[in-house]
Amino acid sequence: MAELLGFPPQVLFGQLLIGLINGSFYALLSLGLAIIFGLLNIINFAHGAQYMLGAFVAWLGLKFLGVNYWVALVLAPLVVAAIGIAIEKTMLRRLYKEDHLYGLLLTFGLALIIEGSFIHFFGVSGQPYSVPAALQGGNNLGFMFLPTYRAWIIVASLVICFGTWYMIERTKLGAYLRAGTENPQLLQAFGINVPLLITLTYGYGVALAAFAGVLAAPIYSVSPVMGSNLLIVVFAVVVIGGMGSISGAIVTGLMMGLIEGLTKVFYPEASTTVIFLVMIIVLLVRPAGLFGKEA
Amino acid sequence: MKMLKKLMCSAIVSAMAASTAAQADISDNEIRIGYLADMSGTYSALAGPGGLEAAKMAIEDFGGKVNGKKITIVSADDQNKPDIGANKVRQWIDVDKVDMVAGMVSSAVTIAVNKVVEAKDKVSLVSGSASSSITNQFCTANSVHYVYDTYALAHGTGEAVVREGGDSWFFLTADYAFGHAMESDVTEVVKESGGKVVGGVRHPLATNDFSSFILQAQASGAKIVGLANAGADTTNSLKTAKEFGVVQAGQKIAGLLIFLNDVHSLGLETTQGLQLTTGFYWDRTPETRAWSKRYFDRTGKMPTMVQAGIYSSVTHYLSAVKASNSDASSAVMAQMKKTPINDFFAENGRIREDGRMIHDMYLAEVKKPSESTGEWDLYKILRTIPADKAFRPLAESKCKLVAGR
Repeated sequence: MAELLGFPPQVLFGQLLIGLINGSFYALLSLGLAIIFGLLNIINFAHGAQYMLGAFVAWLGLKFLGVNYWVALVLAPLVVAAIGIAIEKTMLRRLYKEDHLYGLLLTFGLALIIEGSFIHFFGVSGQPYSVPAALQGGNNLGFMFLPTYRAWIIVASLVICFGTWYMIERTKLGAYLRAGTENPQLLQAFGINVPLLITLTYGYGVALAAFAGVLAAPIYSVSPVMGSNLLIVVFAVVVIGGMGSISGAIVTGLMMGLIEGLTKVFYPEASTTVIFLVMIIVLLVRPAGLFGKEA
Repeated sequence: MKMLKKLMCSAIVSAMAASTAAQADISDNEIRIGYLADMSGTYSALAGPGGLEAAKMAIEDFGGKVNGKKITIVSADDQNKPDIGANKVRQWIDVDKVDMVAGMVSSAVTIAVNKVVEAKDKVSLVSGSASSSITNQFCTANSVHYVYDTYALAHGTGEAVVREGGDSWFFLTADYAFGHAMESDVTEVVKESGGKVVGGVRHPLATNDFSSFILQAQASGAKIVGLANAGADTTNSLKTAKEFGVVQAGQKIAGLLIFLNDVHSLGLETTQGLQLTTGFYWDRTPETRAWSKRYFDRTGKMPTMVQAGIYSSVTHYLSAVKASNSDASSAVMAQMKKTPINDFFAENGRIREDGRMIHDMYLAEVKKPSESTGEWDLYKILRTIPADKAFRPLAESKCKLVAGR
């Protein structure tokens, strides 16, 4: 059989597909971060905690209220978004005029508090959440066995990512949002309720994180630290894509998943660091990121 | 004059020291135990707070006193970090006058703590750690390795799997000391038994996503996928293997370090048929059932082999203190080594000169969901691995305490 770079092609295709699945998570999470940074100028360090909250709301719902996966997929993002909106209204709002650093510190502190209290109550070992019946099993694609649930992750996250991109780039609401990013004072002068727009945007970004959390619940353990493991990588993705760039976040997320997947074949020891290597190179060559506008 | 003063002082000090040594009984009229373990992290479910409860049970069963002297216990979370563990134990011994350290999980922490315990001439009872080097190149005269080690796991599970036709292996190895030791111990066993290792992948500790590695294991064509990792890494590997249909496609999985809590949290659907080596199983004899029931009533969980071993080792220590009426390390260690251990945990267990506690190990298989009659009915014991076969023979030892080394 023909080999590519010393590896049989089915190994390579399999790893690329796995990379795409992980990339879907990166895309969903970095998209939320990019939207929040674009309009609020806040570096949302609580994003990982909010992703974890999404998974936990789904798990708690199933355990105590019998809420099934499909309901949780809608309900958990709404619940977590409501928490996010409360945070925005009571705390973040006061920091918009200050340096980026204040928002970063506030959200970082919140993340530590949320994660710490969840560790206190649930421990770190992780809670099991089973794959919904309709998505169990899988198909043999010839080069690999693809579990149905993993395929669902790609489909669900692509739909959400594309939907979000379409809403921001192609609808009237999106136009307001982009205008708010460029010049909030002017937009307010046209009679648009900018504070409301900001609140809803933060809520939406947080909801995306929670949605990713529910998607992740059946394949990773639902644990208080699941978000902090992922967050640093997602930040690197946002930096590579260009802070605040919507399409940049999506494309870079998927791309980094693929690069990570390939690294796992050729040199698995480096699989956790390769993304940061890419980040360094991109920052050296294009400081504004791949899709960012040069300031 | 000054000279005389100095002389006087040193005379008084040495007289005081001599008088305490002459009494040679229980220091400070109290037996103080320090329980050190990962209390909140990756390994907290296998020892952690449950192990502390087991140690407290052992103390209570002595009525809280040995020969009229009170037993006290303190505990700390080492967070799996050798520096934190070693500093805590140094403080315990210097400030709190702790006589014995129990628990001890991460092998790296144990090796660091044992050096402190040896320098301060106290006693440590290691129940949680895996690495067989603790009683090999890192052995000390002040330490007992009680429950299991990588040699026993490799020989127990590795040999059994190869004997049943699993003669080609692919390893998923945690990329740090313990994983490497486990992999090399098993590789040796596989080769000795006529099998071969076709490949492997070393993953970073605490990896979130194992799908890529499982895919490589599937592509390798090996009959056996060996998991040379522990805790959350093992449960994540098993979960992913199930999702990707590894077993359905004809490969078998050998978990090299699996605890009861891992099987319980993953469920039988995912783990059925898995073979593993264990030093203790609650549902083996009337005695194990009776003790485990008591433990269950206090904690709501059945004990892992480590938690059962903590109770047994602390009891053995307190019995030795009682018999020798001393908590000095040399007296207690000598007493512990010459007394066989016969309780619910071990039959005719004994502590060798290198500190290794020798007892029967068991090859177990995880039950099918249809065979299980209750939440904790998880294993069936396939066979007993006799004590003299289970652990590294002294003839192969590199320990400085073994004669002729």
